[in-house]
Amino acid sequence: MKALNLPARPSLTALNLRFPKWPDSGQLHHLRLTAMADINESLRSRWFIVYSLIFGGIVVALFMTGLTESRVMGFTGLSRLLVTYLQITMAILPIFVLLTTVRSVAGDREAGIFEYLLSLPVSLSAWYWGKMAGRFLVVFLPVVLAMLVAVVWAALKGADIPWTQVLFYTGFLLSLAWCFLGIGMLISTLVRAADVAQGVAFILWLVLLLFLDLILLGALVNGGMEPDNVIALALANPLQVFRTASMMLFDPQLVMLGPSAYLILDIFGNTAYLLWALLYPVVLGMGCAGLGYFLFQRGDLP
Amino acid sequence: MMNPISIQFDKVSKTFRGNKVLDDISLGIQQGDRVAFVGSNGAGKTTLFRCLLGEYLHGGTVSVNGKAPRNHRQEVLKQIGFVPQLPPPLKMPVGQLIQFAAGVCDSDAERMFAVATQLGLDAHAIRRQPFVKLSGGQKQKLLISIALGRDADLLVLDEPAANLDPAARHIFFQLLAQKQREVAMIISSHRLDEVAALVNRVVELDQGRIVLDDHVADQVAMDSLLDCRITLSRADSAFAETVREWGFQASPKGSVWTGKVAGPDRLRFLGVLSRYAGLLKGISMEEEI
Repeated sequence: MKALNLPARPSLTALNLRFPKWPDSGQLHHLRLTAMADINESLRSRWFIVYSLIFGGIVVALFMTGLTESRVMGFTGLSRLLVTYLQITMAILPIFVLLTTVRSVAGDREAGIFEYLLSLPVSLSAWYWGKMAGRFLVVFLPVVLAMLVAVVWAALKGADIPWTQVLFYTGFLLSLAWCFLGIGMLISTLVRAADVAQGVAFILWLVLLLFLDLILLGALVNGGMEPDNVIALALANPLQVFRTASMMLFDPQLVMLGPSAYLILDIFGNTAYLLWALLYPVVLGMGCAGLGYFLFQRGDLP
Repeated sequence: MMNPISIQFDKVSKTFRGNKVLDDISLGIQQGDRVAFVGSNGAGKTTLFRCLLGEYLHGGTVSVNGKAPRNHRQEVLKQIGFVPQLPPPLKMPVGQLIQFAAGVCDSDAERMFAVATQLGLDAHAIRRQPFVKLSGGQKQKLLISIALGRDADLLVLDEPAANLDPAARHIFFQLLAQKQREVAMIISSHRLDEVAALVNRVVELDQGRIVLDDHVADQVAMDSLLDCRITLSRADSAFAETVREWGFQASPKGSVWTGKVAGPDRLRFLGVLSRYAGLLKGISMEEEI
């Protein structure tokens, strides 16, 4: 009988799978240089000015409308201002991060900037993660600084500062910014044309925004969707996770959420949900960015 | 003096959406080789450069001193100084671009500034200016400064002198002349006459294939200068404007022009003069000793 001529099983080496190595000092130096270049590029760009003005403007507007003076559901002062700030940020921050990231990364590649800068002996990992680190600082700092300005202002006015809330909100903002930055980097790698990448980013943001609690509730009531599926969707949507967690600090019983609060609190409890809200977006962003890097270094660079 | 360099392309092919841009390219380049890659648009010159720089995945193998550029990016690219055909639209200021390039190349930024000065560009004075706002010639000078202001064993120059004025071209040729024995050079151009005097080997590409690989006479010193004297049948304003760009000066009547032309630029200069063939009464070109 003739033997079957089966192809040899590919080895790990043949598949060119390489496990990431801890960066050496040279790579860290390149990472720092790339991050600094990206930060400087962002600081000079118009989007950054608009971005900073928007978040600074929101805080000023919230002060001016006297939100710190209002008394609703027993909460006064800074905590109400902060939760409102976070709810607005939830809608604006992701789209800003997504659009500017894909415009910058896919746009630079399209314009031929990658061809030149990647002809220099910079390692691909330092280049990719340096860009991401620089961009993260640029998108995270204005949002947090605007919030801290509110805290300092309130302190000067003699208001009580809810430090736990401030620390958690900083963490939520950090994790939301990282999450969408990672998604933006993945889109930039997958979609090479800048305008298509922007379209994809916008649609993704719209979908995530659509699947917030009210729509999910509608799907549950009118669409006959299984409650478990609705909960799974709510837990998978980083915007929903951010929204619920920011409200949880303000309103620990989640009275504002209505009956769905029972589900969240029964399944998780406060602490576990807050941890989920801090960690899940970071892991999701890291996963997307990691996949983006994997694809980036395996494809044509320019 | 750095390590001797050896570049090997072995059956290199590259396809974009079913369109074969490089088709089984095999080629070896050694230290001291100055290779002109000529061919029309779409011949595959830039694609081949990108494979050499480790930027494209491709069929076959490319190796620089036995190392694949894609797998040993930093080691290989440290040896290569590259000037692209089209300057990238970088918004970063000139000073920052030089600092970045020097930083990742482990070079001294001042060396790059010094080369720029030699080329007639005061990079310190424009260090805060965004690169994208510079003129075509300034961008080219700066990219050449970055490529030549660092230790490299191979210079990959994609239409490097296209935007330079004659004076800067002469300095550029002098800088290349200083390096010609230590490094290998690959220079691309649409036209052979643009680069013929710079190289000792010509590779012509057509539709992704090598159609000519030949050595050429290497008798023109890259740093040579020619004393030129041109006599016209009558003064002509268009001619005057053209040769003034080459730094020529006229006699009081405007019918005799004198100036200097860089040795490697002689073909290019004669090409320019050919446009005014009807006006020419006499041409004399003598190499300075």
